[in-house]
Amino acid sequence: MPRRLNTSGCLLLIAVSAAPGVIGGCSEQRPGAGDRAVAASHQGDETGRFPVHLNLPVGPPRVETGQRDHLDRPVTVSCVACHSLQAPDRVARSGDDLQQFHQDLQFVHGNLACLSCHNPLNYSALRLADGTEVEYASVMTLCGQCHPRQSNDYVHGAHGGMTGYWDLTRGPRSRRICIDCHDPHAPAFPHMIPTFKSRDRFLSPQSPH
Amino acid sequence: MSSEKPHRTFSLPVLGDVSRRTAMKAVGATIGVAAFGRAILPLAELKDRVTLQEFLQKHYKELTPQEKATIFERLESETKAQYGAAVSIRDPPPIPGVRFGYAINLSVCNGNGRCAEACHRENNHDRATSQSYIRIFEMPRGTMDLEKGRSTYDHVVPAPDSFYLPVQCFQCENPPCVSVCPVEATWQEPDGIVVVDYNWCIGCRYCQAACPYHARRFNWQQPEVPADEINPDQGYLSNRIRPQGAMEKCHFCLHRTREGRLPACLEACPTGARIFGNLLDPESEIRWVLANKRVFVLKEELGTRPTLFYFFD
Ligand code: HEC
Ligand code: HEC
Ligand code: HEC
Ligand code: HEC
Repeated sequence: MPRRLNTSGCLLLIAVSAAPGVIGGCSEQRPGAGDRAVAASHQGDETGRFPVHLNLPVGPPRVETGQRDHLDRPVTVSCVACHSLQAPDRVARSGDDLQQFHQDLQFVHGNLACLSCHNPLNYSALRLADGTEVEYASVMTLCGQCHPRQSNDYVHGAHGGMTGYWDLTRGPRSRRICIDCHDPHAPAFPHMIPTFKSRDRFLSPQSPH
Repeated sequence: MSSEKPHRTFSLPVLGDVSRRTAMKAVGATIGVAAFGRAILPLAELKDRVTLQEFLQKHYKELTPQEKATIFERLESETKAQYGAAVSIRDPPPIPGVRFGYAINLSVCNGNGRCAEACHRENNHDRATSQSYIRIFEMPRGTMDLEKGRSTYDHVVPAPDSFYLPVQCFQCENPPCVSVCPVEATWQEPDGIVVVDYNWCIGCRYCQAACPYHARRFNWQQPEVPADEINPDQGYLSNRIRPQGAMEKCHFCLHRTREGRLPACLEACPTGARIFGNLLDPESEIRWVLANKRVFVLKEELGTRPTLFYFFD
């Protein structure tokens, strides 16, 4: 995996400007969570292409308290609400290692420690192996660090699928991101039940009547 | 419709043109009378369904835009009358400079069948028979022999030691189904899509026999689709409701793809196994796959040159 960080850079780029830069490779553009709305709303850039909308998280996840406010909305708290008050546990690797909270968390993802991905200096963000902070909105950069092949395939439209237009000069496209299909804590793609079976009219023709 | 040929006489129910009739005779002569009789059997049973206008419909490829518009109107009102659904039939032309290619990642496909289901809905397939242009084979690992696969599996997927092979029309560059058609009711368009003119097709099913991939389907019965489930977004050469006795096949959703949209089966795939695009565009996703993955086609030795490719990561 020689172009590890490069790959990640490309991923960030699509997160921002979508189509045109993707195929051509990386550019200097700087990523950021706030750019997402821009990418999704403006129509056709200077190259006459429509944007590729990525289903990026808007911010860090929050934890439900089980309470509801006066408008009956669930009350949630941020990660830092608790984690700014306690020292990070650098060895925890599964829900079983945790006694006080998050015990229900199923973890089956290699032999990673929680803090391989979560940033012990800021629980509102993730981090790469070298300590570089990564926003949740740029989570694909985190995945790309250890899975450069799938990330590169994704950048080229060959992993992860899409909806909308194959021809971006005619219309926009939407894409799911890594964590839409792979739970970061248990990333194996779930088993499925086939819901539809075509009955084979060629192999067993109905008698016409 | 133009009125140039009311003088014609018709000897077979759906043969509305001298050249077609001649073609049928020629075929009959080479394969024998009995086989010929069998081949047109489905037609004979359709007699009373065929309208005079259908008789008169010229080879679709040769029609002027005005003539086409008339046919679309007729088909739309027939659909309204038979199915109670208001539909709009159009005929998007091939996009110049586009030749479609499709690739399926067999490492990712898990045989869940959502593609076949999307095809079923998008293309107004007969509901009772769960018709679809896509057939998925559950294959034991280590073989590409379709005979070893089963398309009738019915359990949680993926099963251990199995992989899944979705098969649909490969839009061969060298399509054996086209040359056997005695009446030129099926042909290849400039964007590579092999199409069928359902009203021109005489239902002899030679193309079905010629396809080494079993990708063609025959309408033994008039498809039945409830009015509220009919997809009104229809193409003449694609998903309009087919008449009984016509052959049909995957057309890469040309009513979508010729307007730049992705095929319905690709959009529906929850695993992201499908990649579609323009083979003539070096920047396209499909070209990247061809350049960077070890792609292969089924039954390459037959020289059909499919434009739907498979690969494993
Ligand atoms: C209600 C308080 C609370 C909230 C809110 C909370 N955590 Fe925690 N978290 C804890 C406690 C307590 C532990 C230590 C559990 C143990 O060691 O038994 C912990 C442990 C962890 C760990 C294991 C590593 C470590 O430092 O202990 C991670 C990673 C983590 N939390 C991530 C998050 C994230 C991400 C969020 C926000 C989505 C979050 N937490 C929100 C209380 C909280
Ligand atoms: C492979 C990287 C990775 C590892 C390892 C990891 N996480 Fe996460 N975690 C994430 C990502 C990415 C999200 C955001 C998911 C989302 O937004 O859907 C997340 C979300 C969370 C959340 C909030 C949402 C939820 O699922 O409850 C908690 C709590 C959490 N992680 C705790 C942990 C704990 C505890 C561990 C160790 C047992 C751990 N994580 C290990 C990447 C990781
Ligand atoms: C720090 C390195 C690291 C990071 C970051 C990371 N992974 Fe992984 N991932 C692994 C390892 C190690 C495995 C286990 C490989 C094995 O079991 O052979 C794995 C396995 C996987 C698998 C295969 C699971 C299976 O059982 O089939 C998927 C899918 C996956 N990761 C997705 C992700 C996604 C999505 C992200 C981003 C949220 C991510 N990974 C982030 C290291 C990482
Ligand atoms: C549309 C859903 C989807 C998206 C989006 C997606 N994947 Fe996958 N991915 C799959 C499926 C399905 C498989 C094959 C099944 C499996 O191995 O779990 C797979 C396989 C993988 C594997 C290999 C697992 C193995 O055992 O070989 C990794 C690693 C992976 N994906 C990482 C990623 C990363 C990183 C991203 C984001 C750049 C991503 N995926 C985006 C569906 C998706």
